Amino acid sequence: MEFFKIKKDIPFMRYALIFNVISFITFLLAVFFLITKGLNFGVDFTGGTVMELNYSHQADIPQIRASLDKLGYPEVAVQNFGTARDVLIRLPLRKNTSSAKLSDMVMASLRQADPTVELRRVDFVGPQVGRELVENGALGLLFVSMGIVFYLWFRFEWKFGVAAIIANLHDVVIILGCFAFFQWEFSLTVLAAVLAILGYSVNESVVVFDRVRENFRKLRKRTVPQIIDNAITRTMSRTIITHGCTQLAVLSMLFLGGETLHYFALALTIGILFGIYSSVLVASPIVMWLGVSREDLMPVKKEALQDGRP
Amino acid sequence: MNKYPLWKYLLVLVVVVIAFIYALPNIYGEYPAVQISPSRTTKVDPSLLAFVEGQLKQANLAYTGAVLEENGAKIRFKEPETQLQARDLIQKVLGDNYTVALNLEPATPRWLSVLGAKPMHLGLDLRGGVYFLMRVDMAAVLKKSEESYTDDMRRTMREKKVQYLTVTRLARGGIEIRFRDAQERDKGREVISKEMPDLDLTDVDRGNDFIIDAKLKPAAIAQKSSYALEQNMNSLRNRVNELGVTEPIIQQQGANRIVVQLPGVQDTARAKRILGRTATLEIMMVDESHDLAGALAGNIPPGDKLYKMRDGRGQILLKNRVIYSGDNIINAAAGFDSQTSQPIVSITLDSRGAAINQRVTGENVGKRMAVVYIEIKSEPKLDENGKPALDKDGRPVLVSKRTEEVITAPVIRSQLGARFQIEGIDSMQEATDLALLLRAGAFAAPVEIIQERTVGPSLGAENIKRGFHSTWVGFAAIAVFMSIYYAVFGFISVAALAINVLLLLALLSMLPTTLTLPGMAGIALTVGMAIDANVLINERIREELRNGNTPQASIFAGYERAFGTIMDSNITTLIAGLALFMFGSGPVRGFAVVLCLGIMTSMFSAVMVSRSLVNLLYGSRHKLTRIPIGNTAWKETGQENK
Repeated sequence: MEFFKIKKDIPFMRYALIFNVISFITFLLAVFFLITKGLNFGVDFTGGTVMELNYSHQADIPQIRASLDKLGYPEVAVQNFGTARDVLIRLPLRKNTSSAKLSDMVMASLRQADPTVELRRVDFVGPQVGRELVENGALGLLFVSMGIVFYLWFRFEWKFGVAAIIANLHDVVIILGCFAFFQWEFSLTVLAAVLAILGYSVNESVVVFDRVRENFRKLRKRTVPQIIDNAITRTMSRTIITHGCTQLAVLSMLFLGGETLHYFALALTIGILFGIYSSVLVASPIVMWLGVSREDLMPVKKEALQDGRP
Repeated sequence: MNKYPLWKYLLVLVVVVIAFIYALPNIYGEYPAVQISPSRTTKVDPSLLAFVEGQLKQANLAYTGAVLEENGAKIRFKEPETQLQARDLIQKVLGDNYTVALNLEPATPRWLSVLGAKPMHLGLDLRGGVYFLMRVDMAAVLKKSEESYTDDMRRTMREKKVQYLTVTRLARGGIEIRFRDAQERDKGREVISKEMPDLDLTDVDRGNDFIIDAKLKPAAIAQKSSYALEQNMNSLRNRVNELGVTEPIIQQQGANRIVVQLPGVQDTARAKRILGRTATLEIMMVDESHDLAGALAGNIPPGDKLYKMRDGRGQILLKNRVIYSGDNIINAAAGFDSQTSQPIVSITLDSRGAAINQRVTGENVGKRMAVVYIEIKSEPKLDENGKPALDKDGRPVLVSKRTEEVITAPVIRSQLGARFQIEGIDSMQEATDLALLLRAGAFAAPVEIIQERTVGPSLGAENIKRGFHSTWVGFAAIAVFMSIYYAVFGFISVAALAINVLLLLALLSMLPTTLTLPGMAGIALTVGMAIDANVLINERIREELRNGNTPQASIFAGYERAFGTIMDSNITTLIAGLALFMFGSGPVRGFAVVLCLGIMTSMFSAVMVSRSLVNLLYGSRHKLTRIPIGNTAWKETGQENK
């Protein structure tokens, strides 16, 4: 079986500008939503208490709200979580009430209304922990970006490193933009997915760049755009099959992994889809515009010798 | 050219066999068990176990095994139902002197445990339990110690006849001592620096005031903080023991934080209650004018009270008047006496405690003084059936239970002051324990829970099921696709992928890591990403075939050329994994560990394992004209030189 019997190189670079304009617009949209709507940060980052409850029958949400109201929590997010029998309650941070007491209090009052309620999970995050998690998340992002740039610089050339990181950070912004637009909950696990996808989708750029370098050596008569076109066309089959396979695994997580893994898998899905696009069709034109040339990738010693002659 | 030397085949074979053995314990699951642990005064020995077994048999509760372990005994059951009944029964017959807790025992067969093979350690989100991150309020510790220094300075200077104006503890930290003139200040400084070597003293002149600024030396601050932390961890440890949790984790994190993890705790509310308890110390005089035997017979003199000794050595009669309390103890440290080199505990009191101590010990030389340890527990009240009683709101009724024990009751040899030592201790271990207990009252540093994660056991079980299910389905989908698309080579890739998962599971079982739900997601993701290497190789082989190379040469070139690319693409993911490990916390860390390990195992399996399979199948065929890797009978056009 073979899906990609592409006999002629597809002239991707002719449309380079279009790809980048599309990217740029998506990017701007993502930034726009991030600014106007903002991310719906989970309890990991904002601090507060999340309780997951399970009833043996359909949960009566207005009744739960009423019980919480009595405890002095009038505006609390109470929502179904997965099924109609599961309920998620989010309580804001409050001074002088420890989390242990709070969740016990809530449970006591809910049990009074309906004894079948079962406490499945409590997550409490204090304010300083939340702040630290945000800081560590940002540090992690910075570390991954720098690591990738330096690696590609060392492995190829700075132009490749810069192009790859621009393309992939723009993926990250787009994932965040989607989370802002749909107001999906942005938790620590989603952040983990974003960082993992950053490392993963750079692979794509690496594979294409590898081919570009090989082509510079092999196809000496061709122009730079032709070389890039050939590299993309010849790696397209593996790109799509690899990502398809990863996506299969992620999809099974999205549908079968339950609520906890849902947003994690969602972030991975968006990341994989945009990752293919951007690390191939955005990164390569950037490399081209940064003026990559055959000499950039050829052994430097010889040139130095030639130049050194009087 | 596609032949491996024998050692390479053997290496692959040995690695796979080892991985299989160490991944095996994970499929056996767990037995419900009841764990019996002794308290300080009791022991769990074969006779006790025999007694418990007899009781179980009498009650017709079937158990599958009973073993004596280092710190207690474990009894296994088939059904969780029997386990619950047995717990209630054992607790009833053994009473309060033993901790009886529910537990899960890995059902690993003996021949595997002998090899050191253990199932994976499951995180809280997979097996349920409680996680707390606590912060010890160091500012409060410092404030308290500065306050006691303020008292001490006043007292010392009064004693040494130094004329000072005021001694004040500043709100921003530090102590300010004002004097009328420089001469008095010099005297004051000399006295204070001699008596309180832990303070840094600086002279400040402000207008007509002659001031000494006193601050705790950094080393002293560090010592006080670490004492406060150590004391808190110790009391947490004592309380956790009472819960009977199999693998509790109590760890220091950073300078002022404590992590407590109690996996598998079923009754989370009780766990929280026990952890939140506070302990205090009270110092009282031993009543030696009355007969202990008479008191034991029920003839307690008025104003006296009988107390248990903590080490279980009977009881003691005390005059029921608190002389001073643990709040007045600033420090207690274990050490050796400089002359006799016997283990001792040296105690430092604040000025109030010192003044009382001086008076009381002066009057009572030759008599005994007792240190009483008091802990207040709140426990649910049980009704006549042994079930927790509920009030009209349906909450369990809590009753406070006071534990009072005498830690030590030494003889007063001479009049004591702010510093004194307890002698006559048998071992250094005992001295250390005693010092820790004495500090328990001293640094009642406020502890605040800054992060909590509680997962009920049913959610844990469901998370395992979901995680397992999604990994399995993802794997199956990839396997089907690969086998169709790349034919036999696809099948080989799937075999390599399966071995990759096996290696990953074995590593996770062997290493001291914890599998979390994001970790399971990491396994699923690794399955999806690890196939990349084989796709790269297979595509490369196809391309070589298309370009007219012989099958053998194509296989060779495919593996050799793809390797560089595989390295590159894995390294960038590894960078991301490392960053997640460094900056992530809790469950995310679990994900990072799996991601990093998965990348490394995939390098081995995708390259070496799949290559050895290919070599084994095709390497020795000289007249190989076709290989089953899908359609390669087309040519790209415009290809120039080679």
